[in-house]
Amino acid sequence: MHQTRRTVTLGLLAALGGALLSPLRALAARNQGAFEAKSAVDAMRALGMSGAAESKDIEIRAPDIAENGAVVPIDITSNIPGTTSISVFIEKNPFPYTGTFDFTAGAVPFVHLRAKVGESTPVRVVVAAGGKFYTTAKEVKVTIGGCGG
Amino acid sequence: MRHALLLGLAAAVAAGVPWTQASAQMDDPVAAEFDKFREVLEKDNPAELWEVKGEQLWTTPGGPKKASLEKCDLGLGPGVVKGAYAQMPRYFADVDRVMDAEARIVHCMITLQGYELDKLDDKPFSSATHTPDPVSITTYVAAQSAGMKLAPPQNHPKEKAAYAIGKEIFHYRAGSYDFSCASCHGVDGQRIRTQPLPNFTKPEQAIRSVQGWPGYRMTGGVMHTLQWRLTDCYRQQRFPEPGYTSETLSALLTYLTVNASGQVYKGPGIKR
Amino acid sequence: MADPMKIRATLQGDVADVRVLMAHPMETGQRKQGGQVVPLHFIQSITATLNGKQVFSADISQAISRNPVFAFKVKGAKAGDEIAVTWKDNKGETRTDKTTVRGGS
Repeated sequence: MHQTRRTVTLGLLAALGGALLSPLRALAARNQGAFEAKSAVDAMRALGMSGAAESKDIEIRAPDIAENGAVVPIDITSNIPGTTSISVFIEKNPFPYTGTFDFTAGAVPFVHLRAKVGESTPVRVVVAAGGKFYTTAKEVKVTIGGCGG
Repeated sequence: MRHALLLGLAAAVAAGVPWTQASAQMDDPVAAEFDKFREVLEKDNPAELWEVKGEQLWTTPGGPKKASLEKCDLGLGPGVVKGAYAQMPRYFADVDRVMDAEARIVHCMITLQGYELDKLDDKPFSSATHTPDPVSITTYVAAQSAGMKLAPPQNHPKEKAAYAIGKEIFHYRAGSYDFSCASCHGVDGQRIRTQPLPNFTKPEQAIRSVQGWPGYRMTGGVMHTLQWRLTDCYRQQRFPEPGYTSETLSALLTYLTVNASGQVYKGPGIKR
Repeated sequence: MADPMKIRATLQGDVADVRVLMAHPMETGQRKQGGQVVPLHFIQSITATLNGKQVFSADISQAISRNPVFAFKVKGAKAGDEIAVTWKDNKGETRTDKTTVRGGS
C-alpha cells in the first residue's frame, strides 16, 4: 500500500471539508498532517504528543494473533485520572494514525473500535490526561488467512 | 481478492501442502485466540444492519405487484417467520420440491411480489458495493430463529430423498482436482493454513455448516448466505456452479442441516 | 442516502454502555475494483450526545474497518435518556441516529 498523489490530493480536499465539521466538535480542525504522516513518530509529533511517558495504567485488549487483519477488535481503557482523550496508532499501517477519541461530560475513558491492520505491528495508544501524555503499546500479529469461512 | 485466494490455494496445491494433518482442535492456541476474539466480534455484528434492512423489505410492499412478503409461507403458515429458518429446508407442496430458506424467499418474491427469477439470480451474491435483497431478507428471517434448535423435517418422501441426494453430492468426487465436499469436510483434523475445517459427517461438528450463516464476512465486509457459501465451495472444487436456489443446493443444505438437527442455532454470525 | 446506524444503549449501574454499528464502505483509496482504484471514502468524524450534551467524539482515519463498530461508556445516564450519534464522511455525507437508554439486567 503506497501513498499516491491521488490520496494526497483527496486528503487535501478532505482537509478543506474538515472545516465544515459539526460545531459540536470542540477540537477545531482535523489534524490532517497527523493523518497523512507515514510513521507513528511523525504523527505523534504533528499532534504534539511527542515524549509521552510510558504508563502501565492504560489497558489495550486486542488479539495476539488476529484472525483477519480487515477487522481487528481493540478495546482501550485508561485508568489515568483526568483522561480526556485516547489516540491510536497502528505503527506499520501506511498511515499509522488511526484516530483520537475524546471524552467529555462523564464519558468513561474507554473505547472499542475495529481496525484494518495490514501486517503484524505494535498498536500504540497515547492518552491525554491533565495536559500530559501517556503511552503504551501492544503487539498484534496478522496471519495470512485461509479461504472459506 | 477472490483471485488472490484462488491463486494462493492453487500455489498451495502445487506445492503439495494444502491440507496439513496437524492438530486443529481445541488445544490449538491460535484457534483458541481466534475463538476468544470471535466472541468479541459477535457481540456487535454488522449483520444486524442487514437484518434491519431485511425486515423492512419483508414488511414493505415492493416489486411489480406492490406486495409485501407478509403472506409468504416459510413452512409454518403464511407470514410466520419465527422459527421458520430453523425448520428448513423442508418440502413445499405448492412447488412439489424441497426448498431451503433463501430458495423459498426468492420463490415468494417471484409469486407474491412479481419479480422475475432472471433478475434475481443475475447477480445473486453480495459485493463490496451491493447486497441483493434476498440476502438481507434471508438474514432477517434467520435472525428470527436465533436460540432455537435446528429441526428440519424428514417426514415427506421428498425430504428424505433430498437428504439422500445431498449426501451423495457431498461425497461425489469429480473435477480437475478429483475433489468432493468430503475431501475437506468429511475427515477429522483437516485445516487450510490457520483455519481448522469441521467434519460435517459428525453430528457434533455438523452444526458448523449452519452456524454463523448467514454471515458477515470480514474479508471484504460483505453479508453472505449459505447459497453463496455452497456455490463458492463448488468453485473451490473446480465444479460447474450449481444454479442459484436450485434443488441441488437445497438437497445439499438438507443433508448438512439434518446432520446438525437438535443443535441450537445462534442466528446470523460473523465469518472470517 | 446512507443506511441507518444501529445503536444500543444499556445501563450497567449508572453507566450507559453504548454500542454503535454504522453502514459505511470505509474505502481506503488503495483498493482496486475492475482495474480501477476505488476512491477514498471514509467516515472522518463522530460525535455522540447524551440528552443533547456532547459526551464522546472522534476523528478517525480510513483504517477503521468497513461497516464500523464502536462502543463507549457514559456515566450518569438514566433509563429513558436520549443518545444521539452523528457521523460525517470525507464526501460531506452525514447521518444522525438516536436511541433511548434502556435499563440493564
